[in-house]
Amino acid sequence: MRKLVLAISMLAFAGSVAFADPIKDRQALMKERGKLAGQLSKVVKGEEDFDAAAVLTTLKALQANAEKWDAEKLFPAGSDKGDTTAAPKIWEDKAGFNAAEDKLLADVKAAVASPPADVDALKAQLNTIGGDCGTCHQTYRIKKS
Amino acid sequence: MAWLRKLVGAAVVLGGAAAAAGWVLSAPARLDAGTVAQLGPGDAAKGKRIFYAGGCTSCHAKPGAQGDARLQLVGGLELKTPFGTFVPPNISQDRKDGIGGWSEEDFANAMLKGVSPSGEHFYPAFPYASYARMKPADIADLYAFMKTLPAVAGKAPDHKLSFPFAIRRGIGLWKLLYLSPEPVIALPGGTPDKVLAGRYLVEGPGHCGECHTPRDFAGGVKKGQWLAGAVAAEGSGVVPNITPQGGTKDWSEADIANYLETGFTPDFDSVGGAMVDVQRNMAQLTADDRAAIAAYLKAVPPHPNGYPARKPAS
Repeated sequence: MRKLVLAISMLAFAGSVAFADPIKDRQALMKERGKLAGQLSKVVKGEEDFDAAAVLTTLKALQANAEKWDAEKLFPAGSDKGDTTAAPKIWEDKAGFNAAEDKLLADVKAAVASPPADVDALKAQLNTIGGDCGTCHQTYRIKKS
Repeated sequence: MAWLRKLVGAAVVLGGAAAAAGWVLSAPARLDAGTVAQLGPGDAAKGKRIFYAGGCTSCHAKPGAQGDARLQLVGGLELKTPFGTFVPPNISQDRKDGIGGWSEEDFANAMLKGVSPSGEHFYPAFPYASYARMKPADIADLYAFMKTLPAVAGKAPDHKLSFPFAIRRGIGLWKLLYLSPEPVIALPGGTPDKVLAGRYLVEGPGHCGECHTPRDFAGGVKKGQWLAGAVAAEGSGVVPNITPQGGTKDWSEADIANYLETGFTPDFDSVGGAMVDVQRNMAQLTADDRAAIAAYLKAVPPHPNGYPARKPAS
């Protein structure tokens, strides 16, 4: 029994290494990020009521997402090929790319540190965060379809 | 051999006539007196809206400038296209390097006719083929607003173009084919004012079709595929199809307006590429303006994508 468990877990480990796909990983992280921003946006648009606690939870989730970001792991050399919209500029200008991500993390942290008390405050914070999304996508993403 | 001499003579005469005709046809044409009379004194406060609708800073700000520095219209960005590299010039109020010495009429001739004060053609990388659809009064307001912006010294480098595009006079023939103040999309009587207002913003100052519509071999916009998306003329990738058959087909008008205001798509992706600057400009317009643009985009004829399907991942 012990051997079986060991074998299975080794297989699973081998599998996860073999299938590690930085393109899928970074896309999953981005998707989650978009979903979280989307939840905040619904509140700003008035589609959902402003609930300070729920908003803070979402902001914290956004921070956790941003902290998971590891450009070296997610954008290894050669991962500009394949089903990706990553721009070659990511590898040409790593400093700029990292700075864009750092700014997002700093802005999300600032929002968590002083949680919005009303919709207007949230709107201002989401504007800043959304601006960070755009600034990075302006240079480091290429639309292909 | 008399026949040969006659033939050569005829060819020379014909060739000369064609050249002469080409020279006449390609002459820069300035605005007529009637249009100039409609300019009137501009209102700088109203011109600010036109300035953002027109997206002037996207090309004429110093590359990478942020915030208020984007109002320093010193030029210098490099637009790398199949025709060569275009460099937007200094259009700040500097009298020597910018357009500080231009009269209102000079400015209107540039915007509506693509002609410089010295009577030269501008290259249509400056999107006057769209601006030609603007109302003279809006041009006057824009002129008044630009007078309030800073003068910044410094000449941008010249364009670097290949033959035959380096011959400016040839643009005169291009204008005969592609320059017209008429709307691209004819809308029937009874079309709501909102849609008409959107048409004006999109086809005129917004110059959306310059990037979102494919171009023919001569660089003219293919009006039969209006807003169908295109391979990016500058940079890489594609510019999306924004007709009701494109990627935005499931977006509501409110979704489009919200995207222009916040940069978020309905599925919470964010604006990217050259559209980032455009979206930031659109965010400066009124909510009514953004709603009008959305209404027009829902009213234009649907087209399949104006760019080839993406190749499967290799």
